[in-house]
Amino acid sequence: MTHLVLVGTSHHRAPVELRERVAFDREQAHSLAEQLGAAVCLSTCNRTELYLEAEDGDDAERRAAAVLAELEPALYRLRDQAAALHLFRVAGGLDSLVPGEGEILGQVRAAYEAGTPGPLLDRVFRHALHAGRKVRAQTAIGESPASVSSAAAALAEQVFGNLEGCAILLIGAGKVSGQAARNLRTRGAEIAFVADSKTDRARIEEELGRADVVVSSTSAPGYVLDAATVERARRGRRLLLVDLAVPRDLDPQIHALDGCYLYDIDDLEAIVAETLAGRRSEAERAEGIVAGEAEKFHEWQASLEIVPAITSLRARAEEIREQELAKAEGALARLDESQRRAVEAVTSRIVDKLLHLPTVRLKQAAAAADGVVYAEAVRHLFGLGEEER
Amino acid sequence: MTSARRSTLAELLFWPALLLYGEAAVGYLGDVRRPGPAGRAATWGVRLGWLVQTALLAFQVVRDDGFPWGTWAGSLNLFVWLVVAAYLIWGCRRPYRLLGLAVMPLAAVLLVVSRAGGGTGVGERSHYSNLFLVVHVGLVLVAFAGFTLAAALSALYLWQERRLKRREATILRRPAPSLATLDRLAVRTVLVSVPALTLGIAVGIGRLVARGQRVDALVVATLVTWVVWSAYLVARARGWSGRRASYVALAGFVLVVVVRIALQGTHFA
Repeated sequence: MTHLVLVGTSHHRAPVELRERVAFDREQAHSLAEQLGAAVCLSTCNRTELYLEAEDGDDAERRAAAVLAELEPALYRLRDQAAALHLFRVAGGLDSLVPGEGEILGQVRAAYEAGTPGPLLDRVFRHALHAGRKVRAQTAIGESPASVSSAAAALAEQVFGNLEGCAILLIGAGKVSGQAARNLRTRGAEIAFVADSKTDRARIEEELGRADVVVSSTSAPGYVLDAATVERARRGRRLLLVDLAVPRDLDPQIHALDGCYLYDIDDLEAIVAETLAGRRSEAERAEGIVAGEAEKFHEWQASLEIVPAITSLRARAEEIREQELAKAEGALARLDESQRRAVEAVTSRIVDKLLHLPTVRLKQAAAAADGVVYAEAVRHLFGLGEEER
Repeated sequence: MTSARRSTLAELLFWPALLLYGEAAVGYLGDVRRPGPAGRAATWGVRLGWLVQTALLAFQVVRDDGFPWGTWAGSLNLFVWLVVAAYLIWGCRRPYRLLGLAVMPLAAVLLVVSRAGGGTGVGERSHYSNLFLVVHVGLVLVAFAGFTLAAALSALYLWQERRLKRREATILRRPAPSLATLDRLAVRTVLVSVPALTLGIAVGIGRLVARGQRVDALVVATLVTWVVWSAYLVARARGWSGRRASYVALAGFVLVVVVRIALQGTHFA
């Protein structure tokens, strides 16, 4: 029997100081997979995992563990069904630091493409990618933002819808405000103006008249914009203002203006906390999907055990049928061509009907834990494979 | 086909339509609590219910050998169909499922009211000419259906705006259509509906004058409705948008309700 073996570590077991020691880029992952035989190396910032397929599972596990020997105490080892379920959970984003994060599915695909999978690994990775896509399609696990910067961009979409052509006024250029601006840009908005401490207030006011979104993050001790200035400058336009500074840059009274929506860092963090809670609740549904897919994979893998037994059984029955027809050749010689064909057809049908139910039952048994026992029983009862012995 | 059999067939089409609209209303409620399958089931409920109601209306046309909505209950049946049809244009898209929560319970209730008044049955042919009914009643109902949808969009706008103003932490867990989109769709709907109402009123008044009949309460209320919705468009052209425009739309909808429900008896009597 071919075994699926997983040896690896992740953010659950090892801090970044350990994980960075066994981080592999795409080329290194490919070389490593080649070196290990039928293998796939999944290396991301949160995990390094080696998936192998081998007849000798213990040997494969030893070889994989040797590659990650530096992290021995933090390693986990999984086999067959458990390894498959783990990979499905990883592809579904259920094992990620932020549940449902979207990048992992692409990383699993990239690892699969860079690997050297055999038939079992090929199947399990393709099935894992399918499971990951299904989780995203059937749950809302990845739909809500998981960071302050992406929450700001998602809020802008709640106000303006499509952000194509929306103008951003960036006041100050902190790290988080830069990320927020990048998030807005990836959704189609444009940075219209970047103001810094040297920009005079008249210019900021002028730009405010054209802006749809204001992202502010300066180290100014007082308010950079007050309510009266905003009301005067915006000329009735809808305005989303994101204040990421502490102390705050934007006068809280701005939020009271009709058509103005002001969110500070606490508001955004509360939204992110809520969306993460939502992701965790969606994760419960996703776990069900992943478990279902893992079960399907298990059924497929179990059928691999039973298929040779079914094939042998059918071959044996066909062999007996042909032998018996050969023995009766003398009697059959008196028949004309159509009668001979009828005899052939009748004997074939008898064999098919006799074997139909056992074949169905064997396939059903394959999915259960005792599938292998059934296969062995069939081999024993019908003497399958004894000639080779 | 006997009258009894025709009635049975109409019943057979009415109940599935009502059940599907009801299922959609419940489904949209479930979607608010937990987005996903309930919302999808609700959307299918709207689609299938609308198709069944279409079949019911078509059956009424064929069996009555003409336009069968001369009664206020019959016209209510058509009105529900138009509202749901207008909703279907956007309602199938996920962000607009919340709109279904406003539209579908209303559609289900009005369909029941229509049935109670005999509007979903067959055999009540109007004494008006078909052409007049198609042009006058049809246009007025199209306009009212548009106003209903615009009011639902405006209500959703106010709700979404309130969530933004209250900085609700759940705002991204249960996203709604954006303020700009709701505002835009509402004004576009009214832009189509006001000309339809104008034309419908003109045809009705033309007939009234030609026959020397008197203006009744419904005509007056309809004219007031026209004034309010026209004022809405004028205000929008002058820069009104958002919250203020939404309140005007809701005021206009109150008049639509008055005209549709409260005053119908005076006009059809």
